[in-house]
Amino acid sequence: MPLLRLWLLAGLAGLLEAACRAGWVSPTSVIAPSAMVVALWGLLRAGTETADIVATMGRVGAAAGLAGFGGLLAGLGLHAVPRLRAALEPLLSSWYAIPTIMFYPVLLVFFGVGTGAIVAVAVLLAVVAMVSATLSGLDRVPPVLLRTGAVLRMGPWAQASLIRLPAALPYVVTGVRLVVSYAFIGVIASEFILSGSGIGYAIANAYNNFDNPAMYGLMLLVLVLVTGVNSGLAAVDRWMRRS
Amino acid sequence: MTEVVARLRGVTRVFGALHALGPIDLDLRRGEFFSVIGPSGCGKSTLLDVLSGLSPPSAGTVEFEDKPVVGVPDGVGVVFQEDASFPWLNVSDNVAFGLRRAGVAGAEVKRRVDHAVGFMGLSEFARAFPAQLSGGMRQRVCIARTLVLQPRLILLDEPFGALDQQTRLLMGDELLRLWRETGATVLLITHGLDEAAMLSDRVGVMSARPGCIIDLPETGWPRERDSRIVTDPRFGRLTARLWGTLREEAMKLIGRPGVPVVVPH
Repeated sequence: MPLLRLWLLAGLAGLLEAACRAGWVSPTSVIAPSAMVVALWGLLRAGTETADIVATMGRVGAAAGLAGFGGLLAGLGLHAVPRLRAALEPLLSSWYAIPTIMFYPVLLVFFGVGTGAIVAVAVLLAVVAMVSATLSGLDRVPPVLLRTGAVLRMGPWAQASLIRLPAALPYVVTGVRLVVSYAFIGVIASEFILSGSGIGYAIANAYNNFDNPAMYGLMLLVLVLVTGVNSGLAAVDRWMRRS
Repeated sequence: MTEVVARLRGVTRVFGALHALGPIDLDLRRGEFFSVIGPSGCGKSTLLDVLSGLSPPSAGTVEFEDKPVVGVPDGVGVVFQEDASFPWLNVSDNVAFGLRRAGVAGAEVKRRVDHAVGFMGLSEFARAFPAQLSGGMRQRVCIARTLVLQPRLILLDEPFGALDQQTRLLMGDELLRLWRETGATVLLITHGLDEAAMLSDRVGVMSARPGCIIDLPETGWPRERDSRIVTDPRFGRLTARLWGTLREEAMKLIGRPGVPVVVPH
């Protein structure tokens, strides 16, 4: 199956390559995949984008860390107070109906132009996924494991740390995967409008300067980064669920 | 005089408007193998919860070794019907879990775990995770985890309910072996009449809800016994007696109290 997937992707890239080389697609709209690779390689070697890459990855890391830990703690807290959870759950489940990015003027007022506002958008976008994943993980802890804890005369804290949390961990890891994905989306989208640095800013800048090779090279870079990070987390996920 | 290890007096359990259990008076004798059978929903598992201290009775008293039961007392082990192995720990770590919680020294943990894992026939799988094991093997992991704590009273709630018939018979033999080796008192909740008749010193037959003990036959089996006892004519008579009592109760459950047996010509 992974082989078939690779072949399909390679086939699509090959089609685009052929269409570009045959002149069916104008290089002012889309450049050939091979040209994207060359452009990206050039950018990386020249080092002109290093600062943007570092800035973006730092923001994604900060946003994912804040949303991950914050969401985990909020999930644990809400699970412990069922009444509060019942009151908030409908809001959580309709959270993604809100186009979070529209709050950017408010965030600009609070954090100013730059990293603070960007990370805030990404955290707002990502945190609820972690809360939901934590809650559903804790909900799915089989009651018999907690009864086993009671038989072993474990107190609430010991049960939480030695049974509930490990039992919920596979779901928490799924939450981390979502958080990282949303953090990338939030950070790069915000960099288009809220920043003078970062990969998103660089893509917008290249677009404004009609620099198609740079623009497509950077887009390719984002795809490579996201795929790499996500595959790494997927491997952790599989290892957690080893069966 | 035989020593009483657990004592229930006038124990009932009520959930809201539902009278689930009792009143029950019961003495468990030290070292005996006691089985409880009864129709579905008669409160067998509730009895186990109350006896183990997992939940308090609505009325009446429960004592373990002459002390009132509040929470699960030291010396009581429970094996549940559902798979209670921890999926994030391998077999050895699962079995060692309770010992490490109790602060037992590392060398002693290893000695006891190795022994219990070997006793339950899991040595080859000590490093395996529960997801890699069959249902029967996972249940053996849970039994081993209880066994290493050297409980003086072991409560088992239909531990073989999810297993196939052959595996159940063999697990019954293992349970007898375990009972003989540990000298513990065993209370087994089961829906298998044959299991109860084959394994036990005494069988408590429960009525339909609210479950009370309505028959308490002694089997008179020798301590050295195994599943081959099913060929003994006394086994047949005992099973017939158990079914005679239980049938009435099971009938009530399906809404046809006291329907006489119609023997076809």
